[in-house]
Amino acid sequence: MTEVPAQAVAVSRAFGPFVAVDQVDLEVRPGEVVGLLGANGAGKTTLIRLLLGLLRPTAGEIRLFGEPPSRRTRRRIGYVPQSLGLYDDLTLEENLAFSAAVFGEGPEAARLPGPLRRYGGTVVGSLPLGIQRTTAFAAALAHRPDLLVLDEPTSGVDPLARARLWETVAGAAAEGAGVLVTTHYMDEAGECDRLVIMAAGRVVARGTAREITGDAHVSVVESGSWAAAFGALEAAGLPVALVGRTLRVPGAAPDAVRRALGALPATVTSAPATLEERFFQLTLASDTTKGHP
Amino acid sequence: MTAPGPANGWWGADDLSVRFGGNIALDHVSFRAEPGRVSAVVGGDGAGRTTLLRCLAGALAPASGLIRRPGALVTGYLSAGSGTYPDLSVSENLAFRATAYQIPPATAAERGEELLARAGLDRARDRLAGQLSGGMRQKLGVIAAMLHRPDLLVLDEPTTGVDPVSRSDLWWLIARAAAGGAAVVLATSYLDEAERAHTVLVLDAGAELAKGTPEEIVAAMPGTLTVADTRPAGEAGRRAWRREGRWRVWDPADARGNPSADASGNGPADAPGNGQAVRPDLQDAVTVAALARELARAGAAEESR
Repeated sequence: MTEVPAQAVAVSRAFGPFVAVDQVDLEVRPGEVVGLLGANGAGKTTLIRLLLGLLRPTAGEIRLFGEPPSRRTRRRIGYVPQSLGLYDDLTLEENLAFSAAVFGEGPEAARLPGPLRRYGGTVVGSLPLGIQRTTAFAAALAHRPDLLVLDEPTSGVDPLARARLWETVAGAAAEGAGVLVTTHYMDEAGECDRLVIMAAGRVVARGTAREITGDAHVSVVESGSWAAAFGALEAAGLPVALVGRTLRVPGAAPDAVRRALGALPATVTSAPATLEERFFQLTLASDTTKGHP
Repeated sequence: MTAPGPANGWWGADDLSVRFGGNIALDHVSFRAEPGRVSAVVGGDGAGRTTLLRCLAGALAPASGLIRRPGALVTGYLSAGSGTYPDLSVSENLAFRATAYQIPPATAAERGEELLARAGLDRARDRLAGQLSGGMRQKLGVIAAMLHRPDLLVLDEPTTGVDPVSRSDLWWLIARAAAGGAAVVLATSYLDEAERAHTVLVLDAGAELAKGTPEEIVAAMPGTLTVADTRPAGEAGRRAWRREGRWRVWDPADARGNPSADASGNGPADAPGNGQAVRPDLQDAVTVAALARELARAGAAEESR
């Protein structure tokens, strides 16, 4: 049997009376990219810290490669935190050499990937964000980890650089690493084999983007005066979003939207919800059913 | 130089260049923001977005070109990363802004309460801004920038690193300001956000890479786009990038075909097969523009060897 890089079994973690992670099951298998989505406070970061062995669960069990988190399992993990974890006042080369040394790797692990070579002698703090992110990836991958944990890896990066970072992630997965990645950017969900959506500490949905979106629909309003329509829907207390010159209303049927618009001339149709819109429905539903502070 | 009023219907910049020492931060950039519309300025780190927005907000003087902006009292500006005072509470932040913009306290309190409630910040009004989550702090920053109902609202990366729920609240605030007649300019690195704007300017290394409505930018994309299950070998591989678990391959030479499928994820349920053409969206068009520029530079470097 192949060992599973990361496994959470009915894991909970409380801070005082506050339950940050509530009976979560999660598995990251070799060669698969799992996307972890959730609003701030949903419990993603706590779950990642549990998986990295930085926090102990108050209930349930974490297993890395079939055993409890330890220094030995840590050696097999590559981690890119949101803050990148680089030393701003060391050069790019020195950062990679240091990281390779920490993991007990030889100098070949500190070799710069092609696109980074021209920046090797530059202090990391003065490099553009895209280069810093590529460096953090290189540092996390140099010891060929079997589990890669990425916390919002592409925040603030332009589309082409973002596509290349995902190429690196896919390359690691193709070589057999399991990847757990958080993102706030729903467009990137398509890069993941599976998604897990958390809200208020719990898993509220899992599956592919298409499975999660299912047959959820939104109402779409087209009107000569979007501003007037926006005002009318807003006054009716409907959750309205502006997209170009059309308005999208999740969770409200076309009839209700038409009533709210009153005499305003507008066409109202129904359209399949996007993953982001479905995500809001799941998150908001979970907020009202759970009394978290 | 600075010219007054949108007499002809726009705020913005004409043929604007900005230099910092020997570096060209903006190179002959033109940009328009119209009342009641949302305009997005897109680009990665170092593209020149912040420089353009600072010029529009009156915080930076250009080396050459024309800036057309309203007076300081009718401009709202959220700078990147720091739009609030960390040592003041949420309410104090708004009260302070109201004083700076000369709004009567009662009016400011009424507007502030309404926006805070809608953005889910009303229960946080006594918390220090420095103790808010990133998303809450950005919402407060946008509310503070629009509290005086400015004619021009300039927001530098209001949604970077913000979770989707806060992002949705921020977009509501943005739409609210535009519905009230403000010209809204926002910088973002997210193209799905730019796609929601009325007009888009894409910057790369200080220069215009593409501009127009999202539809115009997509329509102006040269060549054709196909999808592939694996990265193509050889020359075509340099024109390929990863998207949604597969590869997009750009062919600059092809005349535009009539793609049978939309691969944007919102289209028909059947994904296009290997090698089939896809209809590009804004993200594809902008990636193609960046790729074309990169390939042209690489080609020029090879020739000069």
